[in-house]
Amino acid sequence: MVNAWVLASIVAVVAGVVGFFTVLRGSAFAAHAIPNGSFAGAAGASLIGVSALLGLGVFSLAGALTIGLLGRRGRHDVATALALVMMLGLGALFLSFSEEYAQAVYSLLFGEVLGISSNDIAPTAILGLLCIAAIAILYRPLMLSSVLPEVAEAHGVSRFRMEMLFLVVLALATAMTVPVVGTLLIFSLMIGAPAAARSFTDRPLIAMALSIVFALLIVWIAIAASYQTNYPVGFFVGSGSAVSYTIGRVWATWGTTAASQRRDAGATTTTTPLPS
Amino acid sequence: MSHFLTPVFAPGFFASEAVHIALAVGALVAIVTGTVGVFTVMRGQAFAGEAFGDIGTTGGSGAFLVGVGPLWGFVIGNLLAAGAMETIGIQRTRGRDLATGIVLGASIGLAALFLYLYTASHSTTGVTVTILFGSAFAIASSTFPLIALLSLLALAITITLYRPLLLATVSPEMAAARGIPVRAIGTLYLIALALAAALAAITIGSILGTALLVGPAASALRLTKRPLLAMLTAAGIGIGAMWLGIVLAYDSYEWPPAGHGWPISFFVVTIVFILYLISGLPGRQRHRGENLEQPQPRLHTVHESQ
Amino acid sequence: MNPAGASVGENILEVHGVDVRLSGRKILDRVSFNIAPGEFTGLIGSNGAGKTTLFRVILGLQPVSSGSVVFGGSTRTGGPTRPRTRARSRGHRQIGFVPQKFLLDPDLPLRARDLVGLGLDAHRLGVSRPSRARRALVEEMLEAVDATRFADTRVGRLSGGEQQRILIAHALIARPRLLLLDEPLANLDLRSAHEVVALLARIAREQQIAILISAHEINPLLGVMDRIVYLASGRAVSGRTDEVVRADVLSKLYGHHVDVLNVHGRVLIVAGAGEDTDLAGHEVAFPDSGVH
Repeated sequence: MVNAWVLASIVAVVAGVVGFFTVLRGSAFAAHAIPNGSFAGAAGASLIGVSALLGLGVFSLAGALTIGLLGRRGRHDVATALALVMMLGLGALFLSFSEEYAQAVYSLLFGEVLGISSNDIAPTAILGLLCIAAIAILYRPLMLSSVLPEVAEAHGVSRFRMEMLFLVVLALATAMTVPVVGTLLIFSLMIGAPAAARSFTDRPLIAMALSIVFALLIVWIAIAASYQTNYPVGFFVGSGSAVSYTIGRVWATWGTTAASQRRDAGATTTTTPLPS
Repeated sequence: MSHFLTPVFAPGFFASEAVHIALAVGALVAIVTGTVGVFTVMRGQAFAGEAFGDIGTTGGSGAFLVGVGPLWGFVIGNLLAAGAMETIGIQRTRGRDLATGIVLGASIGLAALFLYLYTASHSTTGVTVTILFGSAFAIASSTFPLIALLSLLALAITITLYRPLLLATVSPEMAAARGIPVRAIGTLYLIALALAAALAAITIGSILGTALLVGPAASALRLTKRPLLAMLTAAGIGIGAMWLGIVLAYDSYEWPPAGHGWPISFFVVTIVFILYLISGLPGRQRHRGENLEQPQPRLHTVHESQ
Repeated sequence: MNPAGASVGENILEVHGVDVRLSGRKILDRVSFNIAPGEFTGLIGSNGAGKTTLFRVILGLQPVSSGSVVFGGSTRTGGPTRPRTRARSRGHRQIGFVPQKFLLDPDLPLRARDLVGLGLDAHRLGVSRPSRARRALVEEMLEAVDATRFADTRVGRLSGGEQQRILIAHALIARPRLLLLDEPLANLDLRSAHEVVALLARIAREQQIAILISAHEINPLLGVMDRIVYLASGRAVSGRTDEVVRADVLSKLYGHHVDVLNVHGRVLIVAGAGEDTDLAGHEVAFPDSGVH
């Protein structure tokens, strides 16, 4: 049981860190697409008897690189979308060969915290450390490239290179998150916490720290609730992300109305009017 | 004659009732998704198809839990989602992306719960697979009338609205100027899409259904620019993919690893993908890649803030 | 204060006969001009004339078919010493850039002062260590663009003009020797446009930073420009305003007759009557010029 807590905590921290940039860059498509590929990878891996994590990692990376390279021509290709659906179909095929078809499908898609052994912790921790280190190292150029890509180019920071590097980190983060929350719910964990965090602060590093905090809270509550009720962790992660996002939104609206009331009350300067 | 056919059609193919139903349902659904799908691609609303997939998963699993057939779940869930989309406004901006993603995530979480509850209380395990990846061979013949009805409904909406919908898709302003109720038409169309997605879900599964909605239509639009012709072509492609998939799936009971048979949905999705790639071969002129999201003219303008 | 580079008296930027071809079309045709240190130069041309492309060439983001670009005395792109036509490096520490279009999410957790701070070291890996010197520098830049009062607001919540000033501060904090601004006046009302131009002119003077600002509307820049580079159909003419903005010069540039009218110190450039205006679709008449 301790294993589950430790693993899930590592996953939450990574989700908070990588999710911060996922939300910043609006990488919704990649965050949906890569897990689809992971699904096929994990399924294939279990079929040939290799570690699922390996299959996850390889397919996630392949998916990330493909998206990055195809992305130069306009990411939301019909071809890419169909290819990703095909990945799901492929995963279904692989799993259909195994004995544990239904159960395997369920746990890959929705996560299966309970089945975690202490063997899984070390590789997950290493992957997690890699992801966090990569983000820390890339922080400044990635930050600027995400917010003002053209200005970043003028600084000598290649937009394409930052995109590829980020996608690789996203792929690794995905690979290690799947065993806990499943491929269908990674996206939720990765965007719920950071989206909420940005409502509470206007400083980037603090926002990232809050992302981590919220992600940990969501995951801890999810595991605790799952142990209590036996309901799947994924359900609590999905709802938890929604709840945190809503709290963030409410706080933000409440905050801006209060702030603008204050500003109107004490306004002395006027901003220049813009043409309509 | 059997000498010729046996390599292609495994024994018992033509006699099996399950196959008959699958072929009939498959053809019907292919026609609907092909027709509705053409508009989906033209309106750049393919993401809505994905959304219906996720919500459909919840609806289908909820239906099982309540003891109803999954088709009801798909239909009701999708209709509710269509209503929500219409209320919120279906345009895409970055903020909406986030909110949409959160909602879909919550709904998938709910689906996980429903599936767990059902599996726990019924001690059958195949539900997840049935909902998510479909089971065209397992459709009861009693469901067929409902399927036919829903198909006719979706088709009726699309065909009736064809002209105003086409104009509203190409230029909402021009349509509005002509007195066409653009918003109402959009809503009605969304209902047709919701139904089509539900039908695709029962055939090849809720999260794979998008392939039927988008694939044949996108392929057809590459081959012809005339919408009506595209719809016919899309339906044809869909039927071809479905039937070939059914044949292969039936044959695959003989293939290794023996006994299981490969899933129909795998075949259908792969065939749709291959056909899409093939459709790009003739005339690789201006379009390098079809963009699923047609840029809507007024959406992302310059950096003016409020 | 002078960073390494050209000694006093030499041009900070030299563009020699630059040709750029994109998808078979000639976007820039033997474009040549020089900019001296601290000079305020206007790059005037209608939309599609090639202004943004020229900026990308200067920044090293766009390869040239022929010609060369020399910045601070060292060749960056093309030229006899570099037969390959790609730039030596993308971007340059000493060239600041303010793009034309940018979209900043209102929810972005990034304050104005954070964005300005990024201008110092966005190219370096890792996270910035907060220091008093860094804070002071950011403060100084914010003051220079008169942005102190909204320094702690989220960038995405600022108005277009305010965001632009922050981007200018972001570019300035690295002490560039050349500042490029792509159509900064395009979406501003007249008063804001004059404010930005006055700000930039002051910066050019006080900090000896050469400024190259592109625009399709010449009037807000009249009286401030030391030099004008006039771009039409990919070709360029450069010189002092009174040398370039003349009927004979511009007619030659456009390839057909053009009139230049002076109305109370403002300029209106019109195509001659009855001429064909088939110049790759460029409008010659500037509709909003000076008639106020």
